Amino acid sequence: MTTDIFLWLTQDGVTNGAIYALLALALLLVFTVTRVIFVPQGEFITFAALSLSLLEAGRTPGTIYILMIAGLAAAAIEAFGALRERAWRRLPRIVLLYVVLPVAVAALVAWAAPRRFDQWIQALLVLAMVVPLGPILYRIAYQPLANASVLVLFIVSMAVHYVLTGLSLVFFGGEGLRSRAFWDAKFKLGVVEISAQSIWVVAASVALILALWFLFERSIYGKALRATAMNRVGARLVGIPIVMMGHLSFLLAAFIGAVSGILIAPITTLYYDTGFLIGLKGFVGAILGGMGSYPLAALGSLVVGLLESFSSFWASAFKEVIVFTLIIPMLAWLSLRSHHVEEEEE
Amino acid sequence: MPKTLGGQPVKYIILEDGSDATNAGKNARKLITEDKVDVVMGSNGVPSSLQIAQVAAETQTPYLCLTPIAVKPEQYKWTFSVPQPTELMMGAVAEHMKANGVKSVGFIGFSDGWGDLMYNATSSLGAKYGYKVVTNERYARADTSVTGQVLKIMAASPDAVVVGGSGTGGALPHVALVERGYKGRIYHNHGTVNAEFIKVGGKNVEGAIAPTGPLIVPEELPANHATKAVSLDFTKRYEAAFGAGTRNGFAGYSNDAVMLLGAAIPEAAKKAKPGTPEFRAALRDALENVKNVIGAHGVYSPTAANHNGLDERARVLVRVESGTWRLMK
Repeated sequence: MTTDIFLWLTQDGVTNGAIYALLALALLLVFTVTRVIFVPQGEFITFAALSLSLLEAGRTPGTIYILMIAGLAAAAIEAFGALRERAWRRLPRIVLLYVVLPVAVAALVAWAAPRRFDQWIQALLVLAMVVPLGPILYRIAYQPLANASVLVLFIVSMAVHYVLTGLSLVFFGGEGLRSRAFWDAKFKLGVVEISAQSIWVVAASVALILALWFLFERSIYGKALRATAMNRVGARLVGIPIVMMGHLSFLLAAFIGAVSGILIAPITTLYYDTGFLIGLKGFVGAILGGMGSYPLAALGSLVVGLLESFSSFWASAFKEVIVFTLIIPMLAWLSLRSHHVEEEEE
Repeated sequence: MPKTLGGQPVKYIILEDGSDATNAGKNARKLITEDKVDVVMGSNGVPSSLQIAQVAAETQTPYLCLTPIAVKPEQYKWTFSVPQPTELMMGAVAEHMKANGVKSVGFIGFSDGWGDLMYNATSSLGAKYGYKVVTNERYARADTSVTGQVLKIMAASPDAVVVGGSGTGGALPHVALVERGYKGRIYHNHGTVNAEFIKVGGKNVEGAIAPTGPLIVPEELPANHATKAVSLDFTKRYEAAFGAGTRNGFAGYSNDAVMLLGAAIPEAAKKAKPGTPEFRAALRDALENVKNVIGAHGVYSPTAANHNGLDERARVLVRVESGTWRLMK
């Protein structure tokens, strides 16, 4: 192995690692706040990346239908609850949030799609389509079971994952898509040529991580999220609305997923089910970091990215095996170290 | 689909297996035992085809398989494979490499059965055509990067690279190779020849070479090409029904399977009545004896030892030129 191959592989590993780090943070956030192991995190990547490619081609992405269907389902659940409690005053808000908003976004996208706006505007449209899916999913699938065990929530996650992958296949089709690069430039750094897109990925990841850190440290919502993550009962006792924190964490997770999708769309060919594997690697990163600390999760994801790129050089057929085997010793160590407290009961 | 084949009225029964091999086996059994069909045809997936071939052997029903599984007549006496065998297709690539003085070949393919099939075909042809396969890199369709594999290929600096992917999945290594400045020829296989591949790969896949059946580019075939008329007629009819640019290899396989039947049925009908085991056996024997059946993909002359019967006329090399697959002259 020569120096330039080493540098190439490192560059590749860091680029992928940065994406995994973002996903690891989202998974960790959702897990600590709601105890949901959020398997469908990867679907946000798929939806965002494929929507971006379709918008570029001037076509209306199927994401708007997914958004409207999910919105209507959430509205039906909310409205049913409100009617049963005869809380008529809640109805306008429900309609506004779960019907008017998704339909408005869908209409906007359908109007904008054939006009082929600038790539930045398309990215914003993608965010507008994908991000609301986070809280809506939480409302439909997780909020009714918010106090169930981690295992039940995990099974729900699997179900949500399969539903979303199915919808993805219906609306995006089986063939892969790839979008244009935001910035086509390349920089020579010694022997290594770094593409502007990978600089984008790393810079955006670092910026997002800093923003999250700022949110957690400085804002009241961030502090409330942290409090909920530490102790749900305690947080509720001091008046933190747990349900709202759930919505907020899913909103952030969807946002992070969508951004990752937009970042990754020009780098590789994405299929309707690619996101799952990317999300899974973010999950491995989070586990390597001990599933409890944000900096360690980011570091773990970087390790996953580098390991993946080096193993693809040495033994490409066993790449995934190597990456996923990594979690076994880590899990063994975690379970030996933990003094097993069932803190979930109330 | 014609309403009569070889003077006999035909009823087509279509079942969907959802790409599930177990379902495919069940469906085949249902067709044979309940609907009492004389011949089974189908499945574009290899695992499903193997299941159906099992059922066909058990129930002694002729089976026209639409995937290039390597049919050994002694094992699958009742199965006939319609598509071009992988070796035939990759043979065109090997020939082209030899003509261009390629001595070393880098291989990168899917980490699944398709990748294995392509690797085996490429490396087994090496001795005959005077090249050596120097890398066997693998990647998955869902991978986000093939940098490591590509660097390894670049380090081995082969004269040409063969990509064992399919559809849009073939674009990722090609684009990565071009981006890293690989200058040699990059070959693909017949699974990659579709419009989506070019859409995904864009400018970077210009010059990609792949083998395919003649029905992809019938307009460009020389007038004396054996299948020109049939291929042209088929693509015209198919695109009239499903829209311009929808032509693909799979539809051609079904078409050719029906043509093979059309050629074999008159012979079988002389010996027995349709719907009887005797007819099925006679049909099987007749399928081994039809000669020069011109389909959209090629000229079929199956024999007892070769249940496919295609030759070099069933393959052409195409190249991506300004955003479309064009016949290589």
